[in-house]
Amino acid sequence: MDLLSYTPAWISTHGPALLVVLPLMMAVLTAILPSRAAIGGKLAWLAVLATSGICLAVAVSMLLQVMAHGPIDYAMGGWAPPFGIAYRVDALNAPILVLISAVAVLCTLYALPSVDAEVEPKKRAAFYAAFLVSFAGLLGMVITADAFNVFVFLEVSSISTYVLVAMGASRDRRALTSSFNYLVMGSIGATFFVIGIGFLYMQTGTLNMMDMARILQDGGVDSKVTKLAFAFILVGLGLKLAMFPLHTWLPGAYSYAPSFFTAFMAATATKAALYLMLRFSFMVFDPSWAFIGKAVMILVAALGLLGMMAASLQAMFQNDLRRVLAFSSIAQVSYMLLGIGMATTLGLSAGYLHMLNHAIIKGGLFIAAGAFWYRFGITQVCDMRGLGKTMPWTMAGFTVLGISLIGVPGTVGFVSKLALVQAAALHGWWWAIGAIVLTSIMAIIYVGRLIEQAYFQDPPKKGAVTVSKNEAPLMMLIPLWIFAISAIVFGINAEWTTSLAAAAAELLSGGPDTIVPHMGGH
Amino acid sequence: MITLFEHYNYAIVIILMMIGLYVVFSSANMIKKLVGLSIFQTSVFLLYITMGKVTGGQPPILDPAEYESHGGGHESAPAAAHGSGHEAAQASHDAVQSAAHTADVIYSNPLPHVLILTAIVVGVATLAIGLALVVRTREMYGTIEENEIDELDYLGNLEGHAG
Amino acid sequence: MTPELAMVALLIIPALAALLIPFAGKYPNVREGITVTAGLALLATVIYLLIFVGQSEANRPEYFLTKFAGSFELKLKLEPLGMIFAAVASSLWLVNTVFTIGYMRGNNEKNQTRFYTCVAIAISAVMGIASAGNLITLFVFYEILTISTFPLVTHKGDAAAKKGGRIYLLILMATSLGLLLPAIIGTHVLAGTTDFQVGGVFPPGFSLTAAGILLFLFAFGIGKAALMPVHPWLPNAMVAPTPVSALLHAVAVVKAGVFTMLKVVIYIFGPELAGQTHASTILCWIAAISIVLASVIALRKDNLKARLAYSTISQLAYITFGAMLAAPAALMGGALQIVMHAWGKITLFMCAGAIYTAAHRTNISALNGLGRTMPWVFGAFLIGSLSIIGLPPMGGAWPKYFLMIGTLESGKQVLLAALLISSILNVAYLVPVAIRGFLLPPDDAKADAKIAGHLKDYRFVRFAPVIAAIGAFILFFAVGPLVDYLAPILPVTMRGGF
Repeated sequence: MDLLSYTPAWISTHGPALLVVLPLMMAVLTAILPSRAAIGGKLAWLAVLATSGICLAVAVSMLLQVMAHGPIDYAMGGWAPPFGIAYRVDALNAPILVLISAVAVLCTLYALPSVDAEVEPKKRAAFYAAFLVSFAGLLGMVITADAFNVFVFLEVSSISTYVLVAMGASRDRRALTSSFNYLVMGSIGATFFVIGIGFLYMQTGTLNMMDMARILQDGGVDSKVTKLAFAFILVGLGLKLAMFPLHTWLPGAYSYAPSFFTAFMAATATKAALYLMLRFSFMVFDPSWAFIGKAVMILVAALGLLGMMAASLQAMFQNDLRRVLAFSSIAQVSYMLLGIGMATTLGLSAGYLHMLNHAIIKGGLFIAAGAFWYRFGITQVCDMRGLGKTMPWTMAGFTVLGISLIGVPGTVGFVSKLALVQAAALHGWWWAIGAIVLTSIMAIIYVGRLIEQAYFQDPPKKGAVTVSKNEAPLMMLIPLWIFAISAIVFGINAEWTTSLAAAAAELLSGGPDTIVPHMGGH
Repeated sequence: MITLFEHYNYAIVIILMMIGLYVVFSSANMIKKLVGLSIFQTSVFLLYITMGKVTGGQPPILDPAEYESHGGGHESAPAAAHGSGHEAAQASHDAVQSAAHTADVIYSNPLPHVLILTAIVVGVATLAIGLALVVRTREMYGTIEENEIDELDYLGNLEGHAG
Repeated sequence: MTPELAMVALLIIPALAALLIPFAGKYPNVREGITVTAGLALLATVIYLLIFVGQSEANRPEYFLTKFAGSFELKLKLEPLGMIFAAVASSLWLVNTVFTIGYMRGNNEKNQTRFYTCVAIAISAVMGIASAGNLITLFVFYEILTISTFPLVTHKGDAAAKKGGRIYLLILMATSLGLLLPAIIGTHVLAGTTDFQVGGVFPPGFSLTAAGILLFLFAFGIGKAALMPVHPWLPNAMVAPTPVSALLHAVAVVKAGVFTMLKVVIYIFGPELAGQTHASTILCWIAAISIVLASVIALRKDNLKARLAYSTISQLAYITFGAMLAAPAALMGGALQIVMHAWGKITLFMCAGAIYTAAHRTNISALNGLGRTMPWVFGAFLIGSLSIIGLPPMGGAWPKYFLMIGTLESGKQVLLAALLISSILNVAYLVPVAIRGFLLPPDDAKADAKIAGHLKDYRFVRFAPVIAAIGAFILFFAVGPLVDYLAPILPVTMRGGF
């Protein structure tokens, strides 16, 4: 499969910049599109579809190139680093770029009917423009190799996210307070992050991540400033990726945002922040330094454990479908943190793999949840009665993804959970395995509840007539089933995704099968 | 203690940061939260600016006349401007001293100023969105006090389930 | 016809039947014909394989299906215990089909095509479980079995059926996904493989604590073995029509459960390792309590099927008991119980079905004097009861005997009491049914006379239990060859007594 030979040369030389600049420019163009009812919205949608499609193509070609030839470096504006801002695509972020773009394409397909139902006609163009800004921000966050640039794109994506979440107010006014809450917490988090960057700059005098790593290695490992920088960065990013206990913004934001954006956000935003944590913890700082190692292994792993238990427990008791899925997301992110906390190549690989797999699962689940609202106005679990009969294809897709979330063999969820268990077993963390088993049982319960409502209960009656079958529109079913089929395909043949994860983990830990040395044993 | 007074800038940064965070946490009024957030973000600006100042440094504006007369000697000036900051001050101090021999002018570091301009813009944008949200909240809830909003949501929730 | 092909045919024949039956839906005789033909073909294949597998230990047929998720393989491999299970399942499928035809037509049941299709899929899954070469393959077929038997449990479609079906699915899915799957993964991670090997897969010196924890996970994860307290699905599944109960409680589901339990102890842990853990002792006691408690509950049930359900729980606990004792005689006893109990219990259930079809009575208190009207059925019931109780010359005597030897062998003489008490209780709750039928005068002689008049319409439902009862009798004499056949499942050091 030598797709690489078909890609033109300019993609590999200018791809990194294109990936960020294109959505940004298209955002501006989309915002000024005429906003008369039919045309504005559709044109804007087409613009988004085209942009995300092109970005996907570019991202894929860059992934192929990175896998074949090694990292791609790009100096923005031709200014050489460390003075100029550098973009770098390597084994760690190439898969994530593909992930974000692919999710964007699929969610955009879904957006055609969904946004038409949830956003007023005259705001649609602006809505899509804001989405493109968010998309550009996420891509930029992931692709840049300059620490302050990370902050800039972080805020670009966050601010557009605040706007997009608030757009859900036409459905439910709680979107406003959720967005405001997210704004306050997110800004605090981003500011913590920028404080950390400031301290790093104080210590190293450079903003380029590779340069920072080199200068820190040479001297400055033990300085208080470095430790302080790491602490602030960890907390700042932790808030963005919904690490327990900084996760409280997530359920509200996911529940009340427009469903198109929730699906996109659930699959990408926390993953990008997690990528950043990986990049900073392992490639700027290094867990072999005592302080960093302790923080990673003790704090991150412990918080991952707590997050798993607390979030799974809460997910079991929620009445709102989207809140169940939101708490489930927090729990799944905690699995990833657990994998990362091990700081072994296997653990990192497992955590990274779960990142990719969870995006597939959650994106699909939220698409289905949005479809339920679209047809029947369903938001509560108890209203899901009889969906197996009234929306069979949608519910079937939801079920496939649901059992994938539980981790049934043959699905992606199983592959990554297995990897986590194996990594934990080899590392000697038996308590982690016990926790994974326990939370899997909880997952069976909270997913089982939903499936049970849909298949074992009769559809509700309006008066004397049972509600009749009303399947979701095709544009919603297609992305849902693409997600569902991916969940099965990558669950049965996980070689490609596992190799991506392994490559990323090797990059982080400096070699296959290393245990990053740390003080204090386990 | 003496160090604290010598580095009073940092003390102010910490104080502002804590005031800002406290205001955010303790206020029920949405606008007051935004005020607290702004105070918090301002402290960060101060932090960056403080670290940008090089002892004895001039504002970083290149004087063309100086530049021509001293030709290549100024290559070291950027080097001096590059590695500044209080903790690394010792190292940079030496660099500055040696640079001082070759270059006549010491500049403060322009980079943190650039970073802070960006951060200020981000802060302004965040504030704008926040205030827009406050306006919409007022429209939809009739209040901008968080405890009242919570009550209204709770009652709305109850109604939703009863119906 | 190579053995490998025959092994794959075991799965394909019922699956093929399941595929064809929906097309014959409009022609009931053709449809039933497909089932019967498939049953005969399956039985023939099984007999062929029985002979082959029994011949030598060395070249047993093995077939690799596919690989997934990196390190997991799906593969089939036959060995004596699986072979015996397959033989039981295929032979009883035929007998049950005869019964089902009579029952379904006698009661004018709806959705018969769906019924026969699901049964065929279930049998295919059972064959898969019997021939599974490793735990993960077994797990896949185990789940398929749960899902394919679910429509059978909710066949009637009314509220009670749906409720029963929900509990059935809930308990089985929760235990298998929440406990069994982690146990399998744990085995895979700790032993490197989940293949079934004589003597176990764990390395010598394996941590007893870890083995104990895994054993617990397996014991409660295999929900189909109905070890208390994961047993409630069984009585709740009684909402199903009797052919399903006969299938569930003799052939497919429960036997798959206890079969898995035995395979895990014998081929994953190995009897020696299992016997050394504390967990096995605790589980022995839990099984013993299950045996007695379920029998006590059975005593108090007036509904015939409910009584038989709790009797099943009790009898299954014998097998778990034998597995956890991990002594050679106990394991042999457990394996024999699979065969003997299957034939004995299916007799009892088919009798219950015959009584329901011919006389529309479900409670034991209503059966007074019915034995005089339906002597064949009640006679079969008596013979089946004797087998369950464990009296010679019925087949059920042997497993009890071996289990008792096993308790003595393993030094847990106290538990002998559980076996003896339960035998007495078995008498107490089974014999009265036959006594009522034969010896007590009927409550309403006219009603009974009417039933007698219609009996010839219900030949199939009356014929089937008799076949099963005869089978239960014959098996008493077949124990010698059975034990010889099963001896190789034990590690070489333990085969002494056989």
